[in-house]
Amino acid sequence: MPTRKGMEVSIAVSEAVKLANVDVISAYPITPQTHIVEHLSELVADGDLKAAFVPVESEHSALSAAIGAAAVGARAYTATSSQGLALMHELMFIASSIRMPLVMTVTNRAISAPINIWNDLSDIMPQRDCGWVQLFAINGQEAVDLTLHAFRIAEDPRVLLPVVVNLDGFILSHVIEPVEMPDQATVDRFLPVFKPVLRLDPDQPVSLGNFGSPDVFIEVKKQVEEALIGSEKVAAEVWKDFESLFGRTYKPVESYKTKGAETLLVTMGSITETAMTAVDAMREKGQKVGLIHIRLWRPFPFKEFFQAIRGAKVLAVVDRALVTGGVGGPVGLEIKSALFEKKERPYVAEFVAGLGGRDLTVEVFAEMASKAGRYAKAGKEMHYEMIGVREK
Amino acid sequence: MAKIDALHPWKEVPIGCAILEAGNSRQLKTGDWRSKIRPVTDKEKCIKCGMCWIFCPDMAYSQNTDGYFDWNTYYCKGCGICARECPKKAIQMIAEEE
Repeated sequence: MPTRKGMEVSIAVSEAVKLANVDVISAYPITPQTHIVEHLSELVADGDLKAAFVPVESEHSALSAAIGAAAVGARAYTATSSQGLALMHELMFIASSIRMPLVMTVTNRAISAPINIWNDLSDIMPQRDCGWVQLFAINGQEAVDLTLHAFRIAEDPRVLLPVVVNLDGFILSHVIEPVEMPDQATVDRFLPVFKPVLRLDPDQPVSLGNFGSPDVFIEVKKQVEEALIGSEKVAAEVWKDFESLFGRTYKPVESYKTKGAETLLVTMGSITETAMTAVDAMREKGQKVGLIHIRLWRPFPFKEFFQAIRGAKVLAVVDRALVTGGVGGPVGLEIKSALFEKKERPYVAEFVAGLGGRDLTVEVFAEMASKAGRYAKAGKEMHYEMIGVREK
Repeated sequence: MAKIDALHPWKEVPIGCAILEAGNSRQLKTGDWRSKIRPVTDKEKCIKCGMCWIFCPDMAYSQNTDGYFDWNTYYCKGCGICARECPKKAIQMIAEEE
């Protein structure tokens, strides 16, 4: 029987990568991702993980090498953060468009400038449209489990797309949490050996990463889009399988105390657990507040989202990145567009908060929930409100 | 670049624009257009040095069994580099016949 053990979440993620029996790890260290790849390099050096560890000279090369490894049929893994992810940007599109099912952990950290190593989602949000499946972990256990799910989803022949598992830098990656590490035998049953559909093989030569003229480019993009949308169904199957083997349940959108709730906080990532504590406190005071958190960000799970918000009058959306010069943050933008065609829709109050590691406390979530309620009552027209910014 | 011999619906395009058949670039004929001039070699002047073959950017020249270099109509663009580089001025660019 697996037991729960206190572990630093970064170490737990690298142990999950080891359980996934990866063949190739290519990585370049960057705060706060470092502990993950450092531990993996130790596991390889000590002979505990039979994989090739490729110490590259940049993140651009880290993702390139992972793409190359996946192209020969290896199970490939990389991890990065912030500026490192930005440096991977052009390869992000290539990995998805040539259908390389690799897995990457992103320990979310603010993008410079000013130089800042603390947490927000401004690194991953600009990668929203790269054609990757994107998952968000709210705690250490999810970070471990989603890493295993990621390989299954990525390698499914109906998907064949790269997957990113997001976990908040420091506030999740560097904390010690009780984690139940799955046992190897059950993981092997859950995650069989990767069988590539196409791979570089001298005996059966194929070319990958080719030129695509205007005659074929749109068709290739359509394939990626359909595979990405279809990955939601595959994720549901993977989660069902995982539940039967490990007993833990995963859904694209999760609800917390939504029954009878008029206002719903909408969150992503590890701030969710702080927000839950805020919901508990507000519920104790008799306020009709609940929470939903989005685990599957890409593809966006519209159906589950609409189901989860049913009955709610007000949404208080918490964004931790800014769509500059636009209407707020990426999550708010997504939700408002999704609701546009609905005849009955809740009032959406959009908050941009926690940029560059500014603390998001229980009190801040209570403030956002109550502001959302007040704005809805007053029918206030709002694009978004930046929380905690000093005016004087 | 892959030869596009048919415009497939998106479901039938090889996944991720992969090319599944080795060496098919050979089937890609790039000479379906040419500027309105083409090279003609005067075999009296030609010394079979192969400079035309070396300089041709489209690799349109190849050596035949008697050692002279002939150009392949499927690839020549009529750029005239061969004529310019020929040390014996053996190549003339002449107008294409309509």
